[in-house]
This record gives sequence, structure tokens and C-alpha cells, in this order.
Amino acid sequence: MRVNFTVNGRPQQADDVWEGESLLYVLRERLGLPGSKNACEQGECGSCTVRLDGVPVCSCLVAAGQAEGSEIVTVEGLAEYARQRACGTGGCDTSAECGTSGDEARRWSAHGTDSATGEGTELAPIQQAFIDAGAVQCGFCTPGLLVAADEMLERNPNPTDADIREALSGNLCRCTGYEKIMDAVRLAAARQGEGA
Amino acid sequence: MDFLRPASWEEALAAKAEHPTAVPIAGGTDVMVEINFDHRRPEYLLDLTRVGDLYEWETGEDSVRLGASVPYTRIMENLRTELPGLALASHTVASPQIRNRGGVGGNLGTASPAGDAHPALLAAGAEVEAESVRGSRRIPIDAFYTGVKRNALAPDELIRAVHIDKADGPQQFSKVGTRNAMVIAVCAFGLALHPGTRTVRTGIGSAAPTPIRATAAEEFLNAALDEERLWDSGRSITPSVARQFAQLCSAACNPVDDVRGTARYRRHAVGVMARRTLMWTWESYRGNARTMEGAA
Repeated sequence: MRVNFTVNGRPQQADDVWEGESLLYVLRERLGLPGSKNACEQGECGSCTVRLDGVPVCSCLVAAGQAEGSEIVTVEGLAEYARQRACGTGGCDTSAECGTSGDEARRWSAHGTDSATGEGTELAPIQQAFIDAGAVQCGFCTPGLLVAADEMLERNPNPTDADIREALSGNLCRCTGYEKIMDAVRLAAARQGEGA
Repeated sequence: MDFLRPASWEEALAAKAEHPTAVPIAGGTDVMVEINFDHRRPEYLLDLTRVGDLYEWETGEDSVRLGASVPYTRIMENLRTELPGLALASHTVASPQIRNRGGVGGNLGTASPAGDAHPALLAAGAEVEAESVRGSRRIPIDAFYTGVKRNALAPDELIRAVHIDKADGPQQFSKVGTRNAMVIAVCAFGLALHPGTRTVRTGIGSAAPTPIRATAAEEFLNAALDEERLWDSGRSITPSVARQFAQLCSAACNPVDDVRGTARYRRHAVGVMARRTLMWTWESYRGNARTMEGAA
């Protein structure tokens, strides 16, 4: 069957989708967006977390056909999503308007950026915070954690540690022991607070 | 496999009547796991996510009509006052991602003894609104679970909503697992005080082939509370009554040994949870705000 939806702001169409196929499979194997990771396939690990019409879900448990007509944000589109959100709330750093800044214009090149794959775009604040706090080790759980953490900070700009633990309780990391991840989310929250 | 996407409840019923083997899917948190693991290859998937009224709830005089697909997240956020036991149970479901998708209709459809909603529904008192093209009926929750992962639905029926009695007293839910999130219950216990009828109801999860009530324990406790006039006096429940209640709850179990725990442990843990939830709810009924830490 054919499935139409919007992924990272861009209309997409997937053909020959098997009826039992997951949204995760369509994203990775049919649309070439391997950022969302495939691990447990039973909703245990959270590494496939995406936003489905704004709501964080395990894309391995969404049948592709259920995503028809919906808006998906994957980790590849997270930076652009965060940028637009910041503009929407007046948190734009370069100018009051959200056009192309002089800096951005000078950096433009023919291959450009890709909002769908995230190539060449600047990082979202949560992504930068993960790097700065050393919250990435093998990196496999990172995309799911980024999507989940970003959504929590959107909802709850001043999270307590308990809030962070709760929001990330569906995302397993087997490397870090979570401490650096906690640091990263606190850092992103603090920076978000300063910027506002 | 065919993917059926009814746009309305009537279309969904028609599709289920035409294809009784069709597997309903809403949150997908049970069905997709089975498909991903190749444990199930249904001929038809019946997607219910476009049927909007399954995602709504109405609060009436005495009960809440909860649409089958209302996600656990919504229950936690919006129905804590009316359905405290179910809201607590909802909070223990898996993770935020799962709670954003899964709902009580799925728990009932799967009818696993480990479903987190069941003990709360049994304790509160509920009826399942099932419908087919032949008509609609209400199945009392006590008659709904008919075997391991079996329920009272006919092949052409779908779950439209659950009618849950609004809390008329304190309710509690307790669950044993190895960590707080992402846990299938080793066993679980729900308890609701009903001061209106001067009764106590229970629900036990993961400790018998189906979710069950500990009816002998309820009868004993109802009689003891009545005899000592505790509903009126608001005095404490004596330790011996609590102990006897806990033992009867343990005795109601018919658990198995499996990877999550032994039958013996489950019986023991259900007794502990029964005593604790009774103390928590009773102290709350007495209007005593002091915590019951250490009391159990």
C-alpha cells in the first residue's frame, strides 16, 4: 500500500509498504532516514522515538498505515524543528525576524542544507548539550533520547531531576549510566532559560 | 494482509462484521510487538485511530465513560479525581512513549492477566461497552475475563468504551517489578473503598490465569468493618483484621512460576500489597493526612 505523510516538514510518499510494516521500518528503509534506531522492536528501549503529530512515540509500534496524513519529526529534523520553535517564541538569536541572516547567507553553498536529513544544519540546543556534557558514548540510544528530552523541555522548561528521569524512563542507555545524560538535559534547560 | 481504515465507528463495526478475524489496532503497543516478532500474521488489521470518539471521555453523575483508545497519559492528567485507582495504575504503564499510545481498550482486548488497568477496573467497578452491528451491550468487568488472554467479546464485537464508577472513597494501586518503568507486573493489586455502599473491592493482577477479585477477602473485611462499626467511628483497622485480609488475598491467587517470579513470591507479595493498600486507603478515609510510612 501507499502511505503519505510529512516527515521533518517535507511531504513524503512511501510505496509498496507492507500492511504490517512499522513506521520505523518505513523511515529507515524506504525514506533513507536511519537516525531513528531499530533495537528491541517492542517498545522497551525507546531508541526509535519520534514525534507523531507532536507526541513522542515508539515508531516501531506504529503501523505505517496509522501514520497516514500525520506529521513526523525524527532526530534528523530535530535541529530545524527546534529552530522554528525558538523563532515562534521569539527566541531567534540573529534577528527579530526569522529570515536568512547575513551570516547564514554567506555560509550558503550549492549543496546546501537538508531539513529532512539534517545534513549541514546547525544542531538543536539539546544536541549541543549532549556533546558538551559528554552524554554520547556508543550513540545508539542518543537519537531517541534527544527526541524525548527535547519534547520534555518544550513542555516543561524547568524540569526537576525527577521530571527528567520520568520523561526519559522509556529510553534505555547501556553505556553511560545516565549521569551524563542527566547533566546534558540540565545543561540544555539552563541554556534555554538564559536564552529566554 | 489487508489494512482496514474505517473513518467512523459505524464503518469499524461493519468492517469487523465482514471480517471477524480482523485484529483491531489502536495504540499498537501489543499488536505491533506480535507482528514485529512474527508471532502473529493477521489477515486483516483494523486501524481504529481515525475513530475520534474512541479518544474521548465523559464524566457523568456516577460514572466516567472512558473511550477505549483514550491514552494512559490523558487518564493520568485528567481523571485523577474521578478515577484515582486507574490513574495510579496508568502511571505504572511502561514509559511515556507507550502511555502516549496505549489505552484501556487495548488492555481489555488483550486480556493479559498482567495488564495494569485490570486491578483498578475490578476494584472500582466497571462495565465494558461492547458493540457489533447486531447491537450494543454492557459486560460487567467481573464477567469480562474468561481465560488467559481471553475475554467475553464475540468475534464481531469491538470495545467502544469502559464505564467506570466514579470514586466515592480512597483508591490505591500497587505493582511489583524490578524497576519503576518498563515493567510487566510480577503481580499487582488494586483496592477501592466504597463508603457509599460500605464495601471494599479488590483487584489482583498477574497472580492467576485472569485478573481476579479476592472475593472471600472482601467479604471478610466488609463483615469486620461492619461488626466493629468502623465506617462510622473512623477508628483504625486492627492489625489482626488487616493480617487476615492479607492472607485471604494471598489465598485468592492461583499464580504460576515464570521468568518474572515464583508462584510463592507472588502469593506473598499480593498479601503485602493488600495490607499496605488497605492501610493507605483506610487512613485516607479517616481523614488522617499523616503518611503511613513504616506502617505496613
